[in-house]
Amino acid sequence: MHIAIIGNGISGITAARHIRKHSNHKISVISSETDHFFSRTALMYIYMGHMRYKETKPYEDHFWEKNRIDLVRDYVHSINFKGKKLQLKNQEISYDKLILAVGSTPNKFGWPGQDLDGVQGLYAYQDVETMEHWSKDLKHAVIVGGGLIGIEMAEMFLSRKIPVTFLVREKSYWNGVLPSEESAMINRHIEAHHADLKLSTELKEILPDKNGRVRAVITNKGEEIECQFVGLTAGVHPNINFLKDSELALAKGILVNEYLETNIPDVYAIGDCAQMQNPRKGRRPIEAVWYTGRMMGETVAHTICKKKTVYNPGIWFNSAKFFDIEYQVYGDVPAKLPEDYKTLYWEHPEGNRAIRILYHKNTNEVVGFNLMGIRYRHEVCEQWLANKTHIEEVLQHLSLANFDPEFYSTYEKDLVQKYNQQNGRELVLSNRSSTDAVAFFLGKNTQSKADIQQGMKRNLMLGILLILLSFILPFLFTVKLPIMIVSGLLVGLGIGLLLLSFSQRQVLSGLE
Amino acid sequence: MKGIRIIGLVAFVIGLMLFVVSLGLSDYSLDMDSLESGIDKDYHFNFVEKESGMMKGKTYTSMWAFFLDYDQMMSNAQSAILNDVKTNLKLTTADGDYWSKILKNEKINKVKFLVARDSAQGFLLRKRGLFLWLSLILICVGALMYIFPSMNLLPGIKNDGIFHSGLHSRGALGITIGIFMTVFYIVLYWFPHLMANWVVLVQPIKSMMMEGKADQWFLYGFIYTIAILIMGIRFMIKYRHNKYQLVRTFSVMFFQLCFAFALPNMIRALQGVDLKNAWPLDYSFFFEYRINALIEEGNFGLWLLVWGIVLMAIVVPIITYFYGKRWYCSWVCGCGGLAETLGDPFRQQSDKSLKAWKIERYLIHFVLVFAVVMTILVVLSLFTDKLGFSYNVRAWYGFFIGSIFAGVIGTGFYPLMGNRVWCRFGCPLAAYMGLIQRIKSRFRITVNGGQCISCGNCSTYCEMGIDVRHYAQRGQDIVRSSCVGCGICAAVCPRGVLKLENGTVDIDNRGIDLRTIHVPMDSVGIL
Ligand SMILES: Cc1cc2nc3c(=O)[nH]c(=O)nc-3n(C[C@H](O)[C@H](O)[C@H](O)COP(=O)(O)OP(=O)(O)OC[C@H]3O[C@@H](n4cnc5c(N)ncnc54)[C@H](O)[C@@H]3O)c2cc1C
Ligand code: SF4
Ligand code: SF4
Repeated sequence: MHIAIIGNGISGITAARHIRKHSNHKISVISSETDHFFSRTALMYIYMGHMRYKETKPYEDHFWEKNRIDLVRDYVHSINFKGKKLQLKNQEISYDKLILAVGSTPNKFGWPGQDLDGVQGLYAYQDVETMEHWSKDLKHAVIVGGGLIGIEMAEMFLSRKIPVTFLVREKSYWNGVLPSEESAMINRHIEAHHADLKLSTELKEILPDKNGRVRAVITNKGEEIECQFVGLTAGVHPNINFLKDSELALAKGILVNEYLETNIPDVYAIGDCAQMQNPRKGRRPIEAVWYTGRMMGETVAHTICKKKTVYNPGIWFNSAKFFDIEYQVYGDVPAKLPEDYKTLYWEHPEGNRAIRILYHKNTNEVVGFNLMGIRYRHEVCEQWLANKTHIEEVLQHLSLANFDPEFYSTYEKDLVQKYNQQNGRELVLSNRSSTDAVAFFLGKNTQSKADIQQGMKRNLMLGILLILLSFILPFLFTVKLPIMIVSGLLVGLGIGLLLLSFSQRQVLSGLE
Repeated sequence: MKGIRIIGLVAFVIGLMLFVVSLGLSDYSLDMDSLESGIDKDYHFNFVEKESGMMKGKTYTSMWAFFLDYDQMMSNAQSAILNDVKTNLKLTTADGDYWSKILKNEKINKVKFLVARDSAQGFLLRKRGLFLWLSLILICVGALMYIFPSMNLLPGIKNDGIFHSGLHSRGALGITIGIFMTVFYIVLYWFPHLMANWVVLVQPIKSMMMEGKADQWFLYGFIYTIAILIMGIRFMIKYRHNKYQLVRTFSVMFFQLCFAFALPNMIRALQGVDLKNAWPLDYSFFFEYRINALIEEGNFGLWLLVWGIVLMAIVVPIITYFYGKRWYCSWVCGCGGLAETLGDPFRQQSDKSLKAWKIERYLIHFVLVFAVVMTILVVLSLFTDKLGFSYNVRAWYGFFIGSIFAGVIGTGFYPLMGNRVWCRFGCPLAAYMGLIQRIKSRFRITVNGGQCISCGNCSTYCEMGIDVRHYAQRGQDIVRSSCVGCGICAAVCPRGVLKLENGTVDIDNRGIDLRTIHVPMDSVGIL
């Protein structure tokens, strides 16, 4: 069977990899963007000089041949669904099954001047090349649209000391997703990085110079801002233009059922371009993020090679980085607090770290975690959410979730204290925070408590014995050096065993 | 701010130039005492003294002329000795005595350094204080002035422009620095007489610490320590938002300053002893001249001998079991210390390919076996004379591994192959701890569920060339023998995916989970 995949992004490539794992089908991956799969999420780092294109490729170039995944660098103009044929620029490819993983393209809202030189979005690899091109004599850049790609673009220019004006239509940065405190934190952070953040401001018009390059923009407030570059980052939409006028059912994206099947047999759609006909509760029909693309790729491979599998993305999670502030979310944290949710929010006095937990008003079960500048464990949060754990249970064991590097200050205590204050409670944070405690919590331990206890006793006895022996030895033998060495080794070993025993005690007490 | 950096850079370059120029600022007049004590054998010295007439009382303004005459003098003496051995003593190459009587080239070269150091006089010696402190201050203050303004950046990962800069990505500047460092090591190991003036220059510092004359190893230790301290400060500023990095860097700076430099140079009994240097990195630990020296020391020496053995056989494996090899490689070790500080700007140069990993595994385990076999031979040869060839084996090891690999390539090639070439491909101690780390250690790098976006920052900045992303994007914990636990992968990850951890209750399953597989396991079967 020949499986053709259009698109070599995360979703298409994940599908190809898993199909190869499960089967021997012939696989072709077609893309017009680059020869090899690269990480779109790393585009900013190429421009900033943290990496080159080469470093963003997750697999070495020999990977594809070794795994018999044929890569075709070409553009698909049209698809003959009846004849199962793809029309490329200079060839035709027939397929038995087709996976559409064609991704997104940046939104343009018909602004006057949106096609001038120096005006562009940031999505494809070529966009970084053109950004590089226009950066040469760039004195000022304007970025339109306060989302994740906009702030990345701001960071890109600022890394080269190119001043940036950031036009955000909303009253506060990304406040359609972030609750207001977090959103305000990012406003402050953007300004601390010396980007000129203009909130509640929209783009009205882009003005050309005599060579057809952007010279300035005009905002809805009538302000004219000189610039030689305009970044259009007001979101993306599925890249389905070339599929219009075919029998494929489209809405905003390519419509798929819960098996990721389109209305045409043997044709699937995954990743950014797929629109779920019946999204799960609490999920959006199009979720244009890396992780969902990966999960869809895996699911569709399973459906094709093994048995029909429902796409189940599990509990929502996402992450991002706003300049220096990392952001993670697990579960449901809407920007506006729903009626039946309560929120517990703690923010560091310096205003660059925060923890938010949402829970149900009536049942008290946790529904979501939002982290700013603090890392939490995916699996632990997921388990609490899946088990609808009581907020107080979560709070008492919150240290289990902390994922910050060793030696970092932890703030779980402050959050618990905040909860106690607000609710007149006296919860105490348990000291379960070790890797071992987490393993036990997640049921990933291979040793039981009894095993550890036994080992602890054995090591203690043996350790004491060895140390005693090492003291006795010199009295029994007269050869000096060899006995000193043997004794030294025995003492070392003995102390080692005592330490081991001691650490096992620590482990046990950390599990309580 | 830019101004301060430029002034700093200028000061640094002037200081460095002063230092380099000082190499040619001495006159030389043969120091007979030094010659005599260096040759250390009356039979030889008698001949040399006869030949020394050509140099005696002469003042050389050029180092090269001095060395030319020295070589001539010694080669005359050498032939005279050879002649005497053959005709008067009537020895032939078959006699054991023959070899101990003749004057060997190695001896001539060794004495060359001592004589050059002690014969130096004139301008540099008169102005020694000025040159030493001026160049030292210019270099250190200049470097700090260049480094400090980055405090003005907001804390956070700032790798901006690394791959646009020739220094960091094998451009002209990077290659120049690589050549400079390589030449430095070649001179240090094989032509130390060429840097005799530097040794003269740092004598006041040696005198402040302990009586006696500085040699090239004191000079090397001094430069090494300064490099770790200054570049350590740079590192701490760069990662000042990350406490793990702060603590760890403080630790390597402390161990270098105290254990590797100060103690051995201030306490006579500890002279030449680095308490933290473990076999097989310290490959000559079991050589008889060192064992004899320790035994002669009396009780303290014996204690050191026992410590060395316990360190390598018990302490190293036990701590590695608890914390992984990071406790040594990126917290204590001097080679690691230099790599983490001076070498940090070059960490992205390490090769991440599968091929490099293959070469790494062959090479480093080969060196381990080499070191073990050599040591066994050496220890056996303490008890029998039949193992004369073990001297050749250790000479090869010293030359190829100890000097060329660890020094010239290991450090000289920082800008070309990354800062851990030696630690990754060559260090037998790293190989030894790596085996423990891989097979049974609590250490692992945990991957945070499915949060990885495959961006590649972790792999790019892993100095050991580990393709961290390969594991991270599968949601698989990283358990690799080469990981030195520097924690930079976790620091640069923009999604908070990685965490260095120690845990015991899942020790045999550390690297098994694939957390990004989300289709029900029963029907998948992991591949
Ligand atoms: C700058 C940036 C940063 C991002 N950061 C994050 C992040 O931090 N976290 C996150 O979760 N998500 C992030 N995203 C979103 C994420 O990258 C996308 O969700 C993901 O890449 C989508 O993958 P995909 O495989 O569905 O499509 P794509 O990666 O878009 O791949 C589609 C491929 O198909 C090719 N193609 C399309 N049509 C044709 C055709 N007709 N013929 C031939 N080839 C065709 C395209 O050229 C493209 O190469 C980011 C996106 C951008 C642009
Ligand atoms: S894997 Fe991470 S911690 Fe280990 S050596 Fe590489 S960068 Fe350092
Ligand atoms: S672990 Fe982090 S740095 Fe590494 S590829 Fe994944 S997201 Fe990037």
